[in-house]
Amino acid sequence: MTPKNAPGLKTVEADKSKAAPAKKMTGAEIVLRALADQGVEVMFGYPGGAVLPIYDALFQQDKVRHVLCRHEQGAAHAAEGYARSTGKVGVILVTSGPGATNAVTGLTDALMDSIPLVCITGQVPTFLIGTDAFQEADTTGITRPCTKHNTLVKDVNDLAGAIHEAFHVARSGRPGPVLIDIPKDIQFAEGKYKEAADSMAHAYFPKTDPDMDAIEAAVELMAGAKKPVFYTGGGIINAGPAASKALRELAALTGFPVTSTLMGLGAYPASDKQWLGMLGMHGTFEANWAMHDCDVMINIGARFDDRITGRTDKFSPHSQKIHVDIDPSSINKNIRVDIPIVGDAGKALEAMIAVWKKRGFRADQEALSQWWKQIEKWRDKKCLAYQGSDSIIKPQYALERLRAHLAKDKRKQFISTEVGQHQMWAAQFLPFNDPNRWLTSGGLGTMGYGLPAAIGAQVAHPDALCIDVAGEASILMNIQEMSTAVQYRLPVKIFILNNQWMGMVRQWQELLHGERYSESYTDSLPDFVKLAEAYGGIGLRAETPAELDGVIEQMLKTDKVTIVDVRVDQRENCFPMIPSGKAHNEMILAPDASQFDKKLV
Amino acid sequence: MNTSAYRTKSRRGQSVYAPGPGEENIESHTLAILVRNEPGVLARVIGLFSGRGYNIDSLSVAETDHAGHLSRITVVCSGTLAVIEQIKAQLERTVVVQEVKDLTVTGPYVDRELGLVRVVGQGEKRIEALQIAESFRARVVDSTLDSFIFEITGTAEKVNAFIDLMVPLGLAEVSRTGTAALARGGITERIKE
Ligand SMILES: Cc1ncc(C[n+]2csc(CCOP(=O)(O)OP(=O)(O)O)c2C)c(N)n1
Ligand SMILES: [Mg+2]
Repeated sequence: MTPKNAPGLKTVEADKSKAAPAKKMTGAEIVLRALADQGVEVMFGYPGGAVLPIYDALFQQDKVRHVLCRHEQGAAHAAEGYARSTGKVGVILVTSGPGATNAVTGLTDALMDSIPLVCITGQVPTFLIGTDAFQEADTTGITRPCTKHNTLVKDVNDLAGAIHEAFHVARSGRPGPVLIDIPKDIQFAEGKYKEAADSMAHAYFPKTDPDMDAIEAAVELMAGAKKPVFYTGGGIINAGPAASKALRELAALTGFPVTSTLMGLGAYPASDKQWLGMLGMHGTFEANWAMHDCDVMINIGARFDDRITGRTDKFSPHSQKIHVDIDPSSINKNIRVDIPIVGDAGKALEAMIAVWKKRGFRADQEALSQWWKQIEKWRDKKCLAYQGSDSIIKPQYALERLRAHLAKDKRKQFISTEVGQHQMWAAQFLPFNDPNRWLTSGGLGTMGYGLPAAIGAQVAHPDALCIDVAGEASILMNIQEMSTAVQYRLPVKIFILNNQWMGMVRQWQELLHGERYSESYTDSLPDFVKLAEAYGGIGLRAETPAELDGVIEQMLKTDKVTIVDVRVDQRENCFPMIPSGKAHNEMILAPDASQFDKKLV
Repeated sequence: MNTSAYRTKSRRGQSVYAPGPGEENIESHTLAILVRNEPGVLARVIGLFSGRGYNIDSLSVAETDHAGHLSRITVVCSGTLAVIEQIKAQLERTVVVQEVKDLTVTGPYVDRELGLVRVVGQGEKRIEALQIAESFRARVVDSTLDSFIFEITGTAEKVNAFIDLMVPLGLAEVSRTGTAALARGGITERIKE
């Protein structure tokens, strides 16, 4: 590669000339073997000097496939999309220095949204570490706060163990990203392979079984509830499909209303009548008011994030709270709860069902029907209503049409998003009826997440329909992944709600910064149709409501990556909205917006 | 069945979400943290404090179990009770951390700090410094005609008090180890709270 890496190569040749005892493997071979033993079918990556030995080993085997992304951030998000859509660990392979630093956003994203990833980074040879060598970065130092765990392997005999442990840590307890930094000389060096079973150095076994006494206490509280609500989150998705099933069963048994965070969408079917819609800053009126007024809140696998709670001292002031979380540090972090339960969401739900049945509980029907009446009144607000138009495409209308077409499509459907208004509208208007179908960057809010995430999902599910609902600003952040989609014939659909603005930024500026639109308009946008074609994909455009259906139909038929440039109303705002620092019952709806005090910053 | 044992302590019979006045009290806690002795582990623990805005008042660390590859980090940290609980939970979920014990809660425990204190002075001040050192049971570990280095061990408060008294007597330089602490009594196992 570069002259500076030459010493690494020399050492290796010296090593290899020594008669190697049988069954020894090079570090690079150990990496591939460990990945295969961990059941990895595909990884996402980008080569470079410090990982060439691993790429060489990759070339000489056929168990693990590699998808070449066009940017390490893209590779990381693709691995996230793969992981989220399959429940498996996503794997990334990148080089040292810029390869590793480019992956940092994806690692942070995975940490915030509890996505299991294993990231393998190349590092300069051990004898060059600390010398400011070419493409050296302190990768473990940089990624320490944005990984669940990371490690620099300095002895080839530790390598297999480190990789097995990385998979174990990534998927155990609260899932997250784990990074293994492998210096180039370690990749060349020969050493012993260790089986996964022999590699548990840390004895990391977080508690997943809930305390049964706490479950009993929780179920008693639920049975006596008059105004209960299930507040569910991404923990249910992470606990696997059985957890979603258990949630449905418990909701049916109790008859309680269900809401969910952005990350939990799909765990409970949006088509069900007990579904209140998403809660939080852009959640529904009924969900937020139910949270505010409830007397018993049952939080399963959500973490009282500030986008959910709004102002914490006014958060659900009259309720007793049950909180199931696999991460003990999530409990009593933002909101004090009455019954904390540390454990796996699925196991806790199943235990609750068992106790509810065993003790023959019945919900207080009288109180519950009053509660549902109240909820119906909130629903009657029709908080997602918007002003329709014949001449201009309203973004909400575009999603309603997309929803109608999706309802007729028999394929498995995965929806990813970028970040902004379009993301919130997608969460509000598209129906999520199954877990693991919704891929969005919740905790970090990473623009540029959606296209690579959809690519990752499509790699895992070649016959499925994978759609990235995008904004025109966000899509440009990882647009280069178009090329990946073309190369691997991944017919991902990119449905851009093109308002020519960083809409969410513009909305805050309008409502909270005196309508001073500082740098939120994107001039000189590309022609997205031509851009798609330039990459070798298909470009479509809809400029009027009348064109929309035809364009969506066409999009659903294409067999190549397709960008749909939907020109939508530039001034539309996303409601309902709880301005940050406000309480749930201070949320504003579209009609209130004109009276909103715009001097309030 | 008595369910109250599984509930977070709540005031006025109802759960309360904003910290009440009682909870705003800043407390100091001594945590004994057993970690796997591997590169970067101290950075991980310290990074957790700095990254999340927690206060460390003192810190000491050394390998304590060579065969088991374990090091012991003793941290004295301060914050509201809720913050201290968060610190412990955050430490506990860290992969390299084997055990976190809040000695302030599990009590009783012994804590000691070692200080080296250099005092420069002559005549009366020098004699006075020596006398005070004696009453604090500080040892003289170096002396020249116009200086002493005292070695003092004790609680952080005792070391503080000694240093304060040395200020007018020519205090020149101080080096402290940070607190080391152990639970008292006949426990032989490491107990997970
Ligand atoms: C990487 C990154 N940079 C900046 C932001 C802040 N941000 C949040 S939404 C947004 C605007 C997104 O615009 P667009 O993709 O067009 O979506 P729209 O809101 O218009 O639907 C920005 C800049 C972010 N979330 N991520
Ligand atoms: Mg936009």
